[in-house]
Amino acid sequence: MLARISRLGIQAMRRATPGQNSLNDISRRHLVEAVTSHVNHMGKTFFCSNTSATSNDRSNELEAKISVTFIDKDSEEKLVKVPIGMSMLEAAHENDIELEGACEGSLACSTCHVIVTDVNYYNKLEDPVDEENDMLDLAFGLTETSRLGCQVIASPELDGIRLALPSATRNFAVDGYVAKSH
Amino acid sequence: MGRERLLLLHHATRRLLLLLPRSRGFSSSAGAAASSREPLHVCVVGSGPAGFYTADKMLKGHEEAQVDIIDRLPTPFGLVRSGVAPDHPETKIVVNQFSRVAANGRCSFYGNVTVGSDVSISELQKIYDVVVLAYGAESDRSLGIPGEDLRGIHSAREFVWWYNGHPDMCNLAPDLQSTDSAVVLGQGNVALDVARILLRCTSELAATDIADYAFDALRGNTIRKVYLVGRRGPVQAACTAKELREILGLKNVRVCIKEADLVTSTADEEEIRNSRIKRRVYELLSKAATAHKGYISNDQKELHFVFFRRPTRFLPAEDGSTVDAVQLEKTCLKDGVAGKPVAVGTGEFEDLKCGLVLKSIGYKSLPVEGLPFDNYRGVVPNLKGRVLSSESENATVESGLYVVGWLKRGPTGIVATNLHCAEETVAGILEDDKKGLFMGPGSKKQGRRGLLEILEQKNIRFVPFDGWEKIDSKEKMAGQLKNKPREKITTWDELLMAAN
Repeated sequence: MLARISRLGIQAMRRATPGQNSLNDISRRHLVEAVTSHVNHMGKTFFCSNTSATSNDRSNELEAKISVTFIDKDSEEKLVKVPIGMSMLEAAHENDIELEGACEGSLACSTCHVIVTDVNYYNKLEDPVDEENDMLDLAFGLTETSRLGCQVIASPELDGIRLALPSATRNFAVDGYVAKSH
Repeated sequence: MGRERLLLLHHATRRLLLLLPRSRGFSSSAGAAASSREPLHVCVVGSGPAGFYTADKMLKGHEEAQVDIIDRLPTPFGLVRSGVAPDHPETKIVVNQFSRVAANGRCSFYGNVTVGSDVSISELQKIYDVVVLAYGAESDRSLGIPGEDLRGIHSAREFVWWYNGHPDMCNLAPDLQSTDSAVVLGQGNVALDVARILLRCTSELAATDIADYAFDALRGNTIRKVYLVGRRGPVQAACTAKELREILGLKNVRVCIKEADLVTSTADEEEIRNSRIKRRVYELLSKAATAHKGYISNDQKELHFVFFRRPTRFLPAEDGSTVDAVQLEKTCLKDGVAGKPVAVGTGEFEDLKCGLVLKSIGYKSLPVEGLPFDNYRGVVPNLKGRVLSSESENATVESGLYVVGWLKRGPTGIVATNLHCAEETVAGILEDDKKGLFMGPGSKKQGRRGLLEILEQKNIRFVPFDGWEKIDSKEKMAGQLKNKPREKITTWDELLMAAN
């Protein structure tokens, strides 16, 4: 019986998105829960399962995740899985995406600025508060669908969202700079 | 004759050596054929955001880069430590990232080393492949009007350094007890910072990292009215929404803005339409003008926004040496260059009584020997960070010399502006490296070893990063006793002692 459970467990691990959770990360308790839920919810893909009674347990590594695509400033795309409740800034750092976060999420800078490429997803987000708008004012390469990555929190309706990092432009306007006449 | 042949032989041998196959594998960076597999020795002069972002991008962009960061102070981080106001601690969080850069094995910090006196630019060029100047702006624009050297008149930079415990300014001792009125000239974020520190209830400053002597001076201060004076109108004010929102919301401060000053011209409206920041700043000022009408309480302090006034002279008190008032000339706006309006005097004057004046009209960089300098703009002439021999059209690029931050762009922008500025400069350095500009005869540089030799020869007591860490932990421990994030050490001697 134990051998059967551990075989099921290993199969369940293999079905999880490759590269996400290594076997070492999962505690034995979670492994048993995963196996139980896998057995109980046959046919449902592993990484979307909501374990019922323990869904509020934050330490549960198998909570629901959404797909997020980051597009870096060289237009390279990276698809990552982000747990519900995690900010896009944290998600970027967990996945080695070069999104700066100078103030570490305290709404005191604009370095985690991301552009929501699809306006439909942008509209699903709650309006930015004054403090976020104040920081967006200063963001590099600001667009109509710009947000601060630390303020965009993963939720089910954002599954599939694509976020572009602003690319460096060559226009550095020096405030107050007056061109010299020759 | 013999010497020439020797030189030819020397150069030929070097070229031959460079052609020999390297023992290491291929570099993973594209176009690495021309770039050396030898370490790339980089020296960054200045350890504020510009310097640290440059070091960060350099380390990430070049596997063989060895980066040394030099600063004349024993403490790193530039204006993040000495410029950001004590009541803005979140803006200082970025030092965590900078500390991680300093901890990189290919990066070293050398504090208490002054370029220009301890080591020259040309000496640095001999020992490093790349020298990046990131030393910011440590001087001020001057008004050039009579009375500017009267007692009681300071630049905002000095005042900010004073309350932030910069060792060059710990003895400023501004007199905050002989007057009830302070005039701040300028309406940018630095002007708002100094006005806010003067107006804030000192109980709100008690748990910040403000220098202890400044906290004591502010506790006893008699200033009740602060005037923020700008040459132009609210649409041209250089401050941004967050700072404005904050000062307009200060406890027990009545804000006075004349509604007549808020009338906009067509040109103003065009400016507002084109700028999100200006639109929100203008809205905040308009709301404040109406909100505070008719609400007067005797214990309140006052913040006055004075527009369309430019200072023409400072008037002395009876003692002849202290400032007693500033004479202001009314202005009106005329079209300037590139769509930016300029203030023009109208010939109408008025005096504004005050005992303290803080000039916040802009920082200015200082020239250093061996570096071309544009005196008009107060920056090092450059093209996207590559230093040019002059600001004229026939200027040539100075090999191996780069510039970043305020020294490159002028003293504007926020901490994050330096991020993109550094990316641009580093992109230029990496391009030049790929073109092989740092190779060639006699180009093998000593880097760190060369610097340490010079410092030892001159007996310079430099402060390494772990020396700063000792200062840091002493400040934090002392701060804990007073419920402050840190109690700053504010004199040169004490800083150097704490670093050991």
